[in-house]
Amino acid sequence: MTIAPERLEEVGPHFEHHGPEPTGIFKWLTSTDHKVIGKNYMYTSLVFFFIAGLMAELIRTQLFAPNNHVVSPQTYNELFTIHGSIMLFIFAGPFVFGGFANFLIPLQIGAPDMAFPRLNALSYWLFLTGSITMLLGFLTASGAAAFGWVAYAPLSDATYSPGAGPDLWIVSVALVGFSGIFTAVNLVTTIFYLRAPGLTMFRMPVFTWNMLVTGILILISFPVLTAALIMLYADRHFGTHIFSVRGGGVPVLWQNLFWFFGHPEVYILALPYFGIVSEVLPVFSKKPIFGYKGLVFATLAIAGLSTGVWAHHMFTTGTVLLPFFSALSLLIAVPTGIKIFTWIGTIWRGNLDFKTPLVFAIGFIIAFTMGGITGVMLASPPIDFYTHDTYFVVAHFHQVLFGSAVFAGFAGFYYWYPKLTGRMYRENLGKVHFWLTFIGFNVTFLPQYLLGLRGMPRRIAEYGPSDGFTFLNEVSTIGAYITAIAFVVFLYNFWVSWRKPIPAGDNPWDGHTLEWATSSPPPSHNFHKLPPIRSLRPTWDMNHPDHADWRVRQEEATAKRASQVESTR
Amino acid sequence: MRSDAIDDFVCRQTLSASSKFKLGRLFKVGGLVLGSSVMLGACNLPTFAINRGATTQGRATFHLFQLFVIISIPVLLSVFVPLTWAIIRYRKKDNSIPKQTHSSIPIEVTYTIIPILIVVFLFVVTVQVENKVTAVSAHPNLRVNVVGFQWGWKFNYPAFGVTKVTQGVGGSSVYPQLVLPKGETTTIHLTSNDVVHGFYIPQFDFSRYALPGVNNYFDFTPNQTGTFIGRCSQLCGLYHSEMLFTVKVITPSQFNTWISQQSHSTIGA
Amino acid sequence: MRTESRIYVGIGAFFVLIVAIYFLWSGDSGNSIFLVASALLGIMPGLYLGWWSRNMSPRPEDVEDVTPDEIRGEVGYFPTYTIWPFVLGMGVFLTALAFVFGEWTAVIGMGFVVSAAIGGTLSSKPNVSRHV
Ligand code: HEM
Ligand SMILES: [Cu+2]
Ligand SMILES: [Cu+2]
Repeated sequence: MTIAPERLEEVGPHFEHHGPEPTGIFKWLTSTDHKVIGKNYMYTSLVFFFIAGLMAELIRTQLFAPNNHVVSPQTYNELFTIHGSIMLFIFAGPFVFGGFANFLIPLQIGAPDMAFPRLNALSYWLFLTGSITMLLGFLTASGAAAFGWVAYAPLSDATYSPGAGPDLWIVSVALVGFSGIFTAVNLVTTIFYLRAPGLTMFRMPVFTWNMLVTGILILISFPVLTAALIMLYADRHFGTHIFSVRGGGVPVLWQNLFWFFGHPEVYILALPYFGIVSEVLPVFSKKPIFGYKGLVFATLAIAGLSTGVWAHHMFTTGTVLLPFFSALSLLIAVPTGIKIFTWIGTIWRGNLDFKTPLVFAIGFIIAFTMGGITGVMLASPPIDFYTHDTYFVVAHFHQVLFGSAVFAGFAGFYYWYPKLTGRMYRENLGKVHFWLTFIGFNVTFLPQYLLGLRGMPRRIAEYGPSDGFTFLNEVSTIGAYITAIAFVVFLYNFWVSWRKPIPAGDNPWDGHTLEWATSSPPPSHNFHKLPPIRSLRPTWDMNHPDHADWRVRQEEATAKRASQVESTR
Repeated sequence: MRSDAIDDFVCRQTLSASSKFKLGRLFKVGGLVLGSSVMLGACNLPTFAINRGATTQGRATFHLFQLFVIISIPVLLSVFVPLTWAIIRYRKKDNSIPKQTHSSIPIEVTYTIIPILIVVFLFVVTVQVENKVTAVSAHPNLRVNVVGFQWGWKFNYPAFGVTKVTQGVGGSSVYPQLVLPKGETTTIHLTSNDVVHGFYIPQFDFSRYALPGVNNYFDFTPNQTGTFIGRCSQLCGLYHSEMLFTVKVITPSQFNTWISQQSHSTIGA
Repeated sequence: MRTESRIYVGIGAFFVLIVAIYFLWSGDSGNSIFLVASALLGIMPGLYLGWWSRNMSPRPEDVEDVTPDEIRGEVGYFPTYTIWPFVLGMGVFLTALAFVFGEWTAVIGMGFVVSAAIGGTLSSKPNVSRHV
């Protein structure tokens, strides 16, 4: 096998255009370009992140003092329900598999666009309308949904949650869910069928791998959610009794259905961010990712296992097979651990350039490791009996989710910002953003572990002065305010680099993967010319012929052949 | 009993806890040996802010939790120490290109095998404690029926025809009280009238859902007297945060006096 | 194509294993059905892709040392802009809102859906841009 590269010529004589391309609002409304759609997703979900963040600040303000009355208990319940729902369904997921993945997957695999561009545009419109629907509940007379993001039956049925708010929640989640399914179909097809010549599966960037696995997980789990939502709607309006005891239904069925979607969802939210980190760390260490194949198999293992652990959210129902779900949940720690050690192996002996993306990526590792360890504790049923539905869990899932969606999310945003816009952000502001986020985040959530151990349940609108929760809640609220300031710094950075642009160049970071081989921002249909693809890092190979990956492989192969010749002699 | 005396007693209990784990005897014996030796050590360790558990079941959870925290310390260090080292040591100094290491099979195997061993161990100790915590006695000293409803609790002592209920709905300041005898095993039968509630006693290191249509049974064997706060842990609607109750543990003789003084349809506490 | 097929088959096989353990241990048929469905979701596309990989010569993207003259044919047709996904999206949105606000929004919504279906079909002749 020869692995020496030949330069592939022009991708092809390009497209003829019929008439001028639309601009401005028409571009936004009509474009089927994955880059435009990707950016639409990103900015939309960031706006919703801001809205849900404001809700979090209100929630924390209410909890600042015992028996506080900043908001009524009803409003409080609506706030955390919509905060959680937006953060999970509208921010953390779509930000990455609608935003980053859309923008990057075709670029990383050298494709002109996604496989189904029009379907892609439809996904975005369903996502946008679904997201707006989520907020509409606040405008109705009886208020928004107030049953938590998990909508446990029978609290979510027509008897206990009447009104339009809960229906809007159902419609919103269904629309966003369909949008997710369409995006997943698109991603998987694109990755399977539109890779550039020479880009075999085991030459795909880790981010692309993670998005493939995420896509498959979405296809497994989202339909279950949609089915569950339809049943819930039928219970509310068509007089069925699927989830209500009075009509012979089974309330726990909702929990099983919901979590059969819900736990994979947690990994649907996490895996793409793992992918981002696995792109950022090698580039800023000037090294390849350590243990690539191990990382890919760990990702696949996580995907498989995560579909078999849903009932670890139901340990305290007394209706599930504890050892089975506990064993599988504990096992997930293994591939997750592999990932963390892989990242450390990647930066080990590297040449670490502490730019904002790298700093955020390291912030992610710190938060995620802690959250992962408390996750292992929660996988043990007796410990879960004690901490379930307390602030211990709130702290745990914010460490993993905030760690992923915010730390890794912003690592990716700063990393690809030059590619998205052709402009450079301000490095100093990026660092300030990081430190404020890091401090604010830890001050907010670490005290919540202690609150949980002292017995403060989650989703309570008030606590008493004699409960011993006051001080830690004050600290936590101050942390939340610091986090809010951090977000303002981010917006300012964004604004400055928009008003006083600094051109970034096509490949400011000495990137490894194909997206850095085209211009910033990339042209319509992405590439005029592709570098030869002979390894995981085509752009690196092109720019560093002396250290090219294919050369290493070739030397290994030659050495092997030589030794074989030796031994046969 | 002084509290550390109780602790020693519980530690010995943990040691002799017999496992109901069915996956094979070898596994069981190995797990017992391993688990117990660490459990023994866990008896004189800091609490890590974890409640000590005012029942024998809760005490077992406490020790398990302690064990998990202890094991998590080296695990955390195995990430944070090399991470810190890398941040300090490998900071960029020049534009040189470091050695392009792609993988190392021995290292990768190590960081796969060691976590698997840790996880298997954690699983074995988990199952032991879990069987202890979820065990339901065939002949308890006392039975109590607990019903959760929006927004309060009903405690019923069927053998004595005594019932305690929350007064008023939402914002009531009179919490119902569950009275239990110390050192005796009480089986709780838990269910719900309407939506899902969480029957949660932080000091007992325990909670269980009150589910409509499901009968849940579990045991409490309180090991110290006192009054403990109880809460609803699962969101159940508007006044979820006000669904409090108290648990009062008294000696068996006090309990007998108390129960005989209750008229057969007492409401409130 | 082989790797693609193996990923799916692998996922399917994993679920077969899990459902076997789960069902034998718990005897719970309700939840086992989720897992059986997931197994099928892996096995069906996996076998389909596997069948294709047997019956076709390796594609350029499956060949490690592909040369330029092995690359033939069009990648596909990629539109650059069209209004119909937006119209369809609004139609679906309005139709979905009927579940909350009553049938009248569905009437408007279905109007959008139908016009998008017609408009989209008519305009989907690949003449806007071609990617060779
Ligand atoms: C700006 C920083 C954030 C703060 C200060 C914050 C704060 C809070 C608070 C106070 C609660 C209510 C806990 C309760 O009453 O049970 C909550 C719930 C929640 N948060 Fe956040 N949060 C933040 C960011 C995030 C992010 C980034 C995510 C996910 C990506 C997230 C996901 C959730 C979820 C899923 C819930 C549960 C909602 C429910 O109980 O139904 N949060 N958060
Ligand atoms: Cu889970
Ligand atoms: Cu409650």
